[in-house]
Amino acid sequence: MTATAPSAATPVLELDRVRKVYAGTPPVEPVRGVTLTVTRGELVAVVGPSGSGKTTLLHLMAALDRPTSGVVRVAGQPVGALPDRRVAGLRAHRLGVVFQQFFLLENLTALDNVAAGLLYRGVPGAERRRLARQALERVGLGHRLGHRPTTLSGGERQRVAIARALVGHPQVVLADEPTGNLDSAASADLVALLQALNRQGVTLVVVTHDHGVAAAMTRRVELRDGQVVRDSGAGGP
Amino acid sequence: MRSVNPPTPRSRLRPADLLPVGTVGPRARPLRAGLSALGVAIGIAAIVAVLSITRSSQADLLAQIDLLGTDLLTVVNGRSIEGQEAKLPAAAGRMLGRLEGVRQLAPTAQLEAASVYRTDKVPAILSGGLAVRACDPALLATLDGRVRQGGFLNPASARYPATVLGYQAAKGLGIAALDQPTRVWLGGHWFTVVGILDPFPLAPEIDRSALVGFPVATRLLGYDGHPSRIYVRTDTERTTAVAALLAPTADPTHPEQVRASRPSDALTARVAAKSATTGLFLGLGAVALLVGGIGIANVMVIGVLERRSEIGLRRALGATRGHVAAQFLVESLLLAALGGVGGVAAGAAITIAVAQRQHWPVQVPAVAAWGGLAAALAIGAVAGLYPALRAARLAPTDALRSV
Repeated sequence: MTATAPSAATPVLELDRVRKVYAGTPPVEPVRGVTLTVTRGELVAVVGPSGSGKTTLLHLMAALDRPTSGVVRVAGQPVGALPDRRVAGLRAHRLGVVFQQFFLLENLTALDNVAAGLLYRGVPGAERRRLARQALERVGLGHRLGHRPTTLSGGERQRVAIARALVGHPQVVLADEPTGNLDSAASADLVALLQALNRQGVTLVVVTHDHGVAAAMTRRVELRDGQVVRDSGAGGP
Repeated sequence: MRSVNPPTPRSRLRPADLLPVGTVGPRARPLRAGLSALGVAIGIAAIVAVLSITRSSQADLLAQIDLLGTDLLTVVNGRSIEGQEAKLPAAAGRMLGRLEGVRQLAPTAQLEAASVYRTDKVPAILSGGLAVRACDPALLATLDGRVRQGGFLNPASARYPATVLGYQAAKGLGIAALDQPTRVWLGGHWFTVVGILDPFPLAPEIDRSALVGFPVATRLLGYDGHPSRIYVRTDTERTTAVAALLAPTADPTHPEQVRASRPSDALTARVAAKSATTGLFLGLGAVALLVGGIGIANVMVIGVLERRSEIGLRRALGATRGHVAAQFLVESLLLAALGGVGGVAAGAAITIAVAQRQHWPVQVPAVAAWGGLAAALAIGAVAGLYPALRAARLAPTDALRSV
């Protein structure tokens, strides 16, 4: 991480002719040969209508699924070639994921939900909670540490989920429709938060169907029928 | 070209975190967790209670046996067809008294011709199953018995028409107290009741007898000098050796007709009998435990289905399949352990309640308590295995899509 030379061109996520086919009659192929490189510090929107393969692509990038063909590299490691334990290591140490449905554990406090982001790194409990507090302060929820998800608003819950993804300082944070369950005001706040985090150096890939959200990102990759139809390219619009 | 990346560390779940992670499910649904643990608790409680109650009642029997002693032997000459005791040689008592290892000895003779009635108006046929038995004053000491009321026969009263009633005999004759001079119609003569005995667990035949002295039996009741049952108290460490010599000594010409027995063996047999019936109840407890285990498995399977998104989230956070399996296995073990601890406590409580009612010493065998816990954990492991593997096999993408 800091040991390697920090260069603007350091790739954190590389997809090379990635295909994903689900068996069946007829077989479904939601991702059809996607080549895409995300480098450190980028703020990328993957935008497309529903059914364009966005979520499947996000699962592939998050190392939650393996490509049928092609190569997905997370932090230089080829996901398809690694055993389950190593892929789990990538997810624990290199990746952060934010979901549309937040996926917070209802009976844990905001602090413990965020601390769970470090659970599978073997970090001791006290240290987990210290880092979780910092992460929650970073997303502006320093005053909600002891609240349970049911007592938080939708925007606050999504911020907790973002803090959980950030807490381990992953190389890239992937967000799947992060504004999908939020009203427009909360959406705008969240987009501003993502932009602010990116300015602090967080690499972000946001999958969305909302062109308004996509427009706020520095790079937009348009997806249609499982293929990249337009890429505004690294380095700005 | 890619830059060189440092190797990615493995994902790791600290053992200290496994327990809290395993309680996430039960804490979210405490009622369901409690009910599923209850199933196991009932099974364990049944097993612990059965084992402990059996042990407590056995302890009570063994304490009784210890109190009564295992050094008492009886010598009888078989039984006649009418169920009366047959005669032993007249010299049997004297001969037995010479045996090494015999501490005390008391011959008795059941007097077949005599019966005992409350008054002379009672028809002869209504003997109430009570026997008349001649004995000498040493009987009480030999049997280590106690007089409930009045006194026992002594060399003086043994010569006169005086009788001491066994516990059951006094009840059968309707004599509860000796405040007033009391007489019974015995063998065609009025006998004064001078005492009533406490029950003899080791010599129930005495309980059903009216005891008279040998001299008066000879004079009034036709006693011919042949004893029919001899009680022998031995040195404890020689009991077995003495028992083997009793028959040939009592009747050297027909030793095969003489039966020497150890009354405490009957109580010892009851201890064994209690163990035998325990098996059935243990089986019932095991069935209850099995049903409890199925209850846990059921709850765990439902939990895995309901918590697919949590499983997906944990995989996304870096959990391996093994971590997910371990979480659900620990959860199942925790539910079972909860049931096991509750069950052992409940079983012990039931045992204490029963033992106190029966005035038994309370004994909860350690093997029952620890065995109960171990059985609960084993059930939990088996019940949790399938759900845990199912959770581990769940593909993260499927788990996350299922909302």
